[in-house]
Amino acid sequence: MRVAILGFGSVGQGVARMIGEKDLGLTVTALADSRGGIIDPDGIDIPGTFARKSKSGSCGKPRVSAMDVVASGAYDALVEVTPTNIRTGEPAITHIRKALSLGKHVVTSNKGPIALARRDLLALAAKKGVALRYEATVCGAIPIIHTLEHGLLGNEVKGLFGVMNGTCNYILTRMEDEGLTYDQALGEAQEMGYAEKDPTYDVKGLDTALKLVILANTVWGTDRTLADVQVTGIDLITPQAIQLAMDRETAIRLIGEAVPSRNLLRVSPRIIPRNHPLLVAGTLNAVTVVTDMAGELTFIGKGAGSVETASAVIGDLLYIAGST
Amino acid sequence: MKLEMKDTPGQLVRVLEPISACGGNIIAVIHQRDPESESDTLDVQIVLDLPAGRLPSLVDQIKSLGVDILRIGEERLIHRRSLIMIGHIMHTDISDTVDQIDRTGFAEVAELSLMMPAISERSSARITIKTANRADMETAVGILREVAAKKDILVVEPLEDGA
Repeated sequence: MRVAILGFGSVGQGVARMIGEKDLGLTVTALADSRGGIIDPDGIDIPGTFARKSKSGSCGKPRVSAMDVVASGAYDALVEVTPTNIRTGEPAITHIRKALSLGKHVVTSNKGPIALARRDLLALAAKKGVALRYEATVCGAIPIIHTLEHGLLGNEVKGLFGVMNGTCNYILTRMEDEGLTYDQALGEAQEMGYAEKDPTYDVKGLDTALKLVILANTVWGTDRTLADVQVTGIDLITPQAIQLAMDRETAIRLIGEAVPSRNLLRVSPRIIPRNHPLLVAGTLNAVTVVTDMAGELTFIGKGAGSVETASAVIGDLLYIAGST
Repeated sequence: MKLEMKDTPGQLVRVLEPISACGGNIIAVIHQRDPESESDTLDVQIVLDLPAGRLPSLVDQIKSLGVDILRIGEERLIHRRSLIMIGHIMHTDISDTVDQIDRTGFAEVAELSLMMPAISERSSARITIKTANRADMETAVGILREVAAKKDILVVEPLEDGA
């Protein structure tokens, strides 16, 4: 299957590298980042592209834009992994719409388009007889969407609970382990590359809220948006609060929860017992799914990272390749 | 509660009736006849779960049956939930915060641990609330949430399994 990749940051590079290294039956025929692009129907030289990116800062030629790559049609599946814009979802929504309307499959890690326009985009994909898959939007390497869509067929999903943001989990874990203040732990997370320079999106709980919206809409077929989620972040948590929790064999974690019977979509710091399955350390993610037949299932894994997220993207690509 | 009643047939049933009539749930009835005793009365212990505030009227009803109540054990509030508050807890009148829970009559603050790093900084407190049942707990926590929101205090709640 021929693959076009839009976005050559951490995820895009991970996808390209793994396609280059592993024999998966996938060929990268087009590639673009914010500075330029490259199209080669015979397959792009991936090591050469990495060399060019590190030398010139761009993966391709400045004359070739992301939209040129999408419109070229020189691919079977578009991998949309440009940075998320949570307000407009652009330019990713335009990219995805264009590719779907050309009858191309789309795989994305971009939360903006899925949180804002999931139903429209899925309808367009259905009309064109192609697939739109977005496993990598939620919890990185954990195959939670596949599990909810296929692995739990026949089950009624009663609720979802999860630690879905590695940055917040890292900060809280470090405050707990080392007695750091919030600012100290955040500074450390930024130094380690786990937190952005502007950490608002993560620490205020918005990233978790978007993931919750995507999961809830996927499971229950709803059209919830960010505005439907009660969101409280972790930026006001004190070392004393962490200590008071630890005194009782508990910990504080940022939890996203969706319970349709209580019409609940909420992201908030919560107290959980030390032996709770959602109590994971560092940048790990964990999701508990509550079902009628299978009971409670908890999935733990890496929520971010270049190759880990590429795992989810490639899983979607091969799923599409196998079912078409 | 421990009752003293006449050792005649039907007397125990007559006492149990008003308990269920006022929404009480009888957990155990213990009565032991003392073979040494020559009196015609019987001591009975009843363990029961009663909606908040119903105890005084139940006591009146039982007394009106001519049964003496020897002792009423302490009301046990069996549901406990600990939450953590973060903010200017002292400066926003902590005793008022606690009082808003206590004055409900069905919930009380059983424990409060406060940590203040410095006078001008936000403090943190663990507050433990006790109630007789889960519904009362939800109401009490709801009150705490409202009070905290007005005082700009963040409340960190435990994750209850409620799916």
